[in-house]
Amino acid sequence: MQEKTLSEHAKSLRSGEYSSLELTQHYLDRIEAHQSLNAFISVTAENALAQAKRADEALQNNAENLNRLTGIPLAQKDIFCTQGVLTSCGSKMLENFISPYDATIVERLNQSGMVMLGKTNMDEFAMGSSNETSYYGPVRNPWNTETVPGGSSGGSASAVAARLAPVATASDTGGSIRQPAAFCGLTGIKPSYGRVSRYGMIAFASSLDQAGVLSRSIEDGAMVLQAMSGFDDRDSTSLQAQVPDYTSELSQSIKGKTIGLPKEFFGDGVAADTADKIQQAIRQLESMGAKTIEVELPNSALGIPCYYVLAPAEASSNLSRFDGVRFGHRAKEYVDLNDMYEQSRAEGFGDEVQRRIMIGAYVLSSGYYDAYYIKAQRLRRMIAEDFSKAFEKCDLIAGPTTPSTAFVLGENNDDPIAMYLNDIFTNSVNLAGLPGLSVPAGFDQKGLPVGLHLIGKYLDESTILNVAHQYQMETDWHLQIPGGFA
Amino acid sequence: MSITPDDINHIARLARLKTDDEKSEFYATQLTRIMDLVEQMNQVDTDGIEPMSHPQDAALRLREDVVTRVNQREEYQAIAPDAERGFYLVPKVIE
Repeated sequence: MQEKTLSEHAKSLRSGEYSSLELTQHYLDRIEAHQSLNAFISVTAENALAQAKRADEALQNNAENLNRLTGIPLAQKDIFCTQGVLTSCGSKMLENFISPYDATIVERLNQSGMVMLGKTNMDEFAMGSSNETSYYGPVRNPWNTETVPGGSSGGSASAVAARLAPVATASDTGGSIRQPAAFCGLTGIKPSYGRVSRYGMIAFASSLDQAGVLSRSIEDGAMVLQAMSGFDDRDSTSLQAQVPDYTSELSQSIKGKTIGLPKEFFGDGVAADTADKIQQAIRQLESMGAKTIEVELPNSALGIPCYYVLAPAEASSNLSRFDGVRFGHRAKEYVDLNDMYEQSRAEGFGDEVQRRIMIGAYVLSSGYYDAYYIKAQRLRRMIAEDFSKAFEKCDLIAGPTTPSTAFVLGENNDDPIAMYLNDIFTNSVNLAGLPGLSVPAGFDQKGLPVGLHLIGKYLDESTILNVAHQYQMETDWHLQIPGGFA
Repeated sequence: MSITPDDINHIARLARLKTDDEKSEFYATQLTRIMDLVEQMNQVDTDGIEPMSHPQDAALRLREDVVTRVNQREEYQAIAPDAERGFYLVPKVIE
């Protein structure tokens, strides 16, 4: 059952091969059987079975008018507020936060008839690239349980890779959808900034955060992305632009499409076996009729320092709301109001979060604001303009998603900088607000998945989805199943 | 760029994070290394470049100043650490 695509599930639910209730129970059983992955923070079995029952009734009465996703289960990243359900964001700070409202994307996916299985584990407040900063413990990568699944959407990635959910939501501030997709052999789509509402998605860095999907194929991902996307008046940066019909454009030929290859993405920093697989994927795309051309992104390497000023600055401001007054953790002992703030925050936030809040407070503080924060914002424009120039010559950009494949748990724990370098190819895409995705492109010598990164022009998810889908029609990397999870 | 434990005490105070000697020492070492990474930005001359705060330079959308949501005080206060009769309770701040 768990091998079927979303379209196949939709068909089976309509033909009566199985009910949503049976399908939902099947996934709940798998989640139970594979608890050691620690992919979920909460499993909402009772809610899920009730939603499945309603979906079954709707499918019996009115199947032709229903969304294709009706009755299909999914997992929600624990960064999205879900009414009446614990929404922890991977933090002790929100260990007791039962959200009083739904995020827009939760509301929309509920309306589409999807069944929520539970909330997935993640790096605390989405700050991390390995899922090791979660207060709820690290998540394991089904391809090799000694390795990390990537982060911050590590729980969503592990769950979909292990077939504990057919698809999952995720969010990406500097690579948090695409890097776990690469590490877990999945398809991960981060749309253009503003495409998907941020309302009810717990904020990390508001000018960079964007919700998206982790799925087994582009076709599956595009279906769910369609249901999530579109204008929302509750998000002041939500786009009013028309959302294209993502699934209808997938089948076009990629003949004549020009793929830009930034020489900066193919340098010494990439592991040899990862680089080989990416070169192979590019040759595959060429054999399908795409043209390739070298482009330059001269400032892309500075995306990391730029990002590690801007993201912490925005985070230190966003996370000031956690004060132990209105919701979340409050310390048991304190001497006065200030002490209550300081104790509650020091107890509620983990190391990485406190580190980033402090970087943010530092670069925004008097005397350093121009040298760091404004400097980084100027650099951000240069990075964005590099992309604009490159896109004058090509329709999309390709490269590796990450410099190497999944690393061993604990390996980068004492070295924040080594951890930050995981996102060297992904975070400049967030700085520019562009759509990006990762698709499986083979395995390295250790048998771990390699991800191919495609970057599109602003608002042009369609081109990268089309190219990635056509690539999946010609390759079977995305169909591989980690051993023990078939 | 060297960040001292005293700098950490100052930053932690600004960010309302309780700190102690051991913690300040730990974060001073780490933030020094991270700020060294950040200093790489100085390799590029950014003079005359307009700072970019939104990925597409979009302005925030304004809306009519009308009531669009119902009051949900009870629901929101139900999850507060300490609330009573519509108020959030905090330690006494005025003697």
